[in-house]
Amino acid sequence: MLYNINDILETTRMITENNLDVRTITMGISLRDCSDPDITVCARKIYDKITRKAEHLVKVGEDLEAELGVPIIHKRISVTPIALVGESCRADSYVPLAKALDDAAKAVGVNFIGGFSALVEKGYTNGDRILIDSIPEALATTDLVCSSVAIGSTKAGINMDAVREMGEIVKKTAALTADRDAIGCAKLVVFCNPVQDNPFMAGAFHGVTEPESVINVGVSGPGVVKYALEAVRGEDIGKVAETIKKTAFKITRVGQLVAQEAAKRLNTEFGIIDLSLAPTPAIGDSVAHILEEIGLESCGGPGTTAALAMLNDAVKKGGLMASSYVGGLSGAFIPVSEDAGMIAAVEKGSLCLEKLEAMTCVCSVGLDMIAIPGDTTAATISAIIADEAAVGMINNKTTAVRLIPVPGKGVGDKVEFGGLLGYAPIMSVSKFRPDVFINRGGRIPAPVRSLTN
Amino acid sequence: MRIVMTIVGLDKVGIIARASALLSENQVNILNINQNITDEFFNMVLIGDMAKATISLEDLKAKATKLGEELGLEIRVQSEQIFTAMHRI
Repeated sequence: MLYNINDILETTRMITENNLDVRTITMGISLRDCSDPDITVCARKIYDKITRKAEHLVKVGEDLEAELGVPIIHKRISVTPIALVGESCRADSYVPLAKALDDAAKAVGVNFIGGFSALVEKGYTNGDRILIDSIPEALATTDLVCSSVAIGSTKAGINMDAVREMGEIVKKTAALTADRDAIGCAKLVVFCNPVQDNPFMAGAFHGVTEPESVINVGVSGPGVVKYALEAVRGEDIGKVAETIKKTAFKITRVGQLVAQEAAKRLNTEFGIIDLSLAPTPAIGDSVAHILEEIGLESCGGPGTTAALAMLNDAVKKGGLMASSYVGGLSGAFIPVSEDAGMIAAVEKGSLCLEKLEAMTCVCSVGLDMIAIPGDTTAATISAIIADEAAVGMINNKTTAVRLIPVPGKGVGDKVEFGGLLGYAPIMSVSKFRPDVFINRGGRIPAPVRSLTN
Repeated sequence: MRIVMTIVGLDKVGIIARASALLSENQVNILNINQNITDEFFNMVLIGDMAKATISLEDLKAKATKLGEELGLEIRVQSEQIFTAMHRI
């Protein structure tokens, strides 16, 4: 098959100049067969299974990167929610299981492992309770383990007891990692309507409906979309949407190729492609800059929600045709600290927490990587979690909260996480108190799915 | 396996000669060359067949990168698959 020279040069330009990459190859591994009454045995089974299944994951990722010439940034692992695996252990803390995950991740060379998780949309089992209590210490004493807790869904409503508790867990995690600007909180996600096949951290876990092991791939490419839009300045918005669709198609085809090859070489099933625009702090890799290219003076200003809705939808429409199986979170991500344009928008004063909440109604995934003042109360964090979960519950979509209350810092300060987690200006949080609401506890009933106004 | 070699950089004498010598030394058969000069910039896309190659893709890449450094150009070697995926339905 012969190619047009311009096609070849376009692909090369996307990779060399526009930061086209495959963001992550994530191997999902079921740990359902690792349960044991003795937590030491359980931890060993977990370590053994992960190191066996994922032994070649990093090597295969590196080989594919070299052969195809496209960077594959992360190789990661997601596992069965540990609350389910640990439940039969006679133990009052699952920190040893978190350490087993951390050790296994280091042994195989991945840079994160997700699944120190509990699903409590409707209520707690004993294992869920122990897991949630273990989160602060687990995140403070491991390096690569990511944790997530599902506190609501469209089908179950919102577990307000869990919402209240997660506000406290976020605060405790911040306190235990206070010497590192509360980095533990960057590894903790609170979900409504979580997906079972998400390849992206920190919220990845291997759902109970998933196979023994699976390869899920997250694509990226905000820089490529931004560049493509530079060619349609002055055109109407339909043309903009069409350009995004075509670009998303091309980006996703690369992800599909990588996913299929990786699954074949690892002798594992191919699960899904996650069609996400995942920004990084690198220049030219920003979702906010796409919105500004579409015509906003600064991300967060009036028009942001509409532009983002169109962007998110066009990415999905282009990506869907490019891949045989689409899943995960699939949408434009708007993490503040990981996006140079978002950071700039916060610093300029055009982007606030409330506008971010509105933006999450139309895109993936939620209030993500947002640094807030260290003196924000647990009840306020819980209430922000409840608000975001309500957006997900009513709109039948995944929403998440990853807030970082940085001890000793306030509005005007900055926090530096380093690497892909980037840096973030501390954002202002409303001072009005939600304590009485949060202290009620109980459950918000599942919503009606008709009369949708 | 088929590969795509792309060469981009300032034009000079002998770029194609050096690149094709590298390929012939390692038994990589050239199937197609598409080359042009825009604003003194040399652009070349070459498709090669590695079926009888006496070198691995990894080593060929390393040699091509080195040749590129020597000539002051960027030479990339990639599996053809990524272009098929992106530009052919």
